[in-house]
Amino acid sequence: MSKRIILDTPQLNIMLHRMAIELYENHSNFSNCALIGLQPRGIALARKIKALLIEEFDLDHVTYGELDSTFYRDDFRRNEKILIPNSIALDFPIEGMDIVLIDDVLYTGRSVRSALNALADFGRPAKTELLTLIDRRFKRELPIQPDYVGTNVDTRAHDRVIVDLEKENKVWILTEQNNA
Amino acid sequence: MTRLSSNHLLGLKNLTAEDVQLIFETADNFKAVLNRPIKKVPSLRDITIANVFFENSTRTKISFELAEKRLSADVVNFSSSSSSVSKGETLIDTVNNILSMKVDMVVMRHPAPGAALFLSKNVDAQIINAGDGTHEHPTQALLDAYSIREKLGSLEGKKVVIVGDILHSRVALSNIYCLQKLGAHVAVCGPPTLIPKHIAALGVQVFYKLQDALDWCDVANMLRIQMERQETKYFPSLREYSMQYGLTMEHINKLSKEITVMHPGPINRGVEISSEVADSEQSIILNQVENGVAIRMAVLYLLAGQKEG
Repeated sequence: MSKRIILDTPQLNIMLHRMAIELYENHSNFSNCALIGLQPRGIALARKIKALLIEEFDLDHVTYGELDSTFYRDDFRRNEKILIPNSIALDFPIEGMDIVLIDDVLYTGRSVRSALNALADFGRPAKTELLTLIDRRFKRELPIQPDYVGTNVDTRAHDRVIVDLEKENKVWILTEQNNA
Repeated sequence: MTRLSSNHLLGLKNLTAEDVQLIFETADNFKAVLNRPIKKVPSLRDITIANVFFENSTRTKISFELAEKRLSADVVNFSSSSSSVSKGETLIDTVNNILSMKVDMVVMRHPAPGAALFLSKNVDAQIINAGDGTHEHPTQALLDAYSIREKLGSLEGKKVVIVGDILHSRVALSNIYCLQKLGAHVAVCGPPTLIPKHIAALGVQVFYKLQDALDWCDVANMLRIQMERQETKYFPSLREYSMQYGLTMEHINKLSKEITVMHPGPINRGVEISSEVADSEQSIILNQVENGVAIRMAVLYLLAGQKEG
């Protein structure tokens, strides 16, 4: 296994700022828009984006929620491990709102598919968008594309992308050496 | 902790404390689902569950059926009064006939202790025990402990007394196992004839006077007298039982602390518990029923999820 940094802290910060600006451009005062972090790994990114928006654009309030789609996944009973759910925090009506789903890595698209189904059980948003920090674009298994992207990363199936937004603020790629 | 230690839910005796915690944490998520406008998730949509009840049940059957439907499972119901059992079919044959129609899980209530274990060894399906005679009733114990956890925050060090017909109660035995695993102290209270002889071997305290038990406890779980299982007279009359062991406001008012009152149902008002107590603020009887659906959803979800697909 070799571990290589693909985003260091300054690059990551620039990217987060750029995405916050793009969101602000499209949704200005966020009066009818909500950010929803996808459990488990989209939460740290979603919280950062929310904090940046409030800080940079002097917004009073950005509606924010956290969604878990474990019960909607399509690999239930297909794994050795059971799928353990995470908590959901969606205490506002999403009916008629613009929703931005936020996840750290977009890969096969299957977890976004399950999140869209989970979201539909809470109401009918006017519009749903997707923000992702890393787009592993060559392994999509469903017709799902992000509206806001940090960066595209071309990876092979055995590679792993590790996003750490809480301690070191970096993104790595783990590659199996014998296949390199 | 990524799976339960067993592929069946037969009783609390063989579950670990980690299993119980996993069930509780999963139930928290399902409780949130049940409080949403759309109270249904698609997790078990390719699973068929048979509810096989060889004994009467209202609450448990409805609770299981709702839990299964909230998880999008297909459900078939079977009760012995309207079945071939009355025509002489054996338990294994009855269940195997149901399973040959491609059923994945069986929820069973049966009057014989050990029936669920027997079935789990003889048929190819996941078995959930919904009560086997006077032996165990695991989902009831789980929802009782979950309701205490919800009310008091934790089970650790809490004192729970189970009052009533301990001898015939599967709820009592499952509760003792479950509560002790979670670090609670358990006592039983009732007339000597309705307390099993060697119960102290389970590490429970025994009280014969209700007021003494109430002075000791944080939670009182009141059980019904199971007349249908009593072949001899264990006490002179229901009226006398009620005078000695029926929980009334008078008992509660004598206490210097607030206790939580539970009952697994069905309640016999005026016998083991007075109406005033059953409807009081200290009573969490209806919370228990509400939590029952979330607990059963968690059990079904976790068991179904760990069967190799």
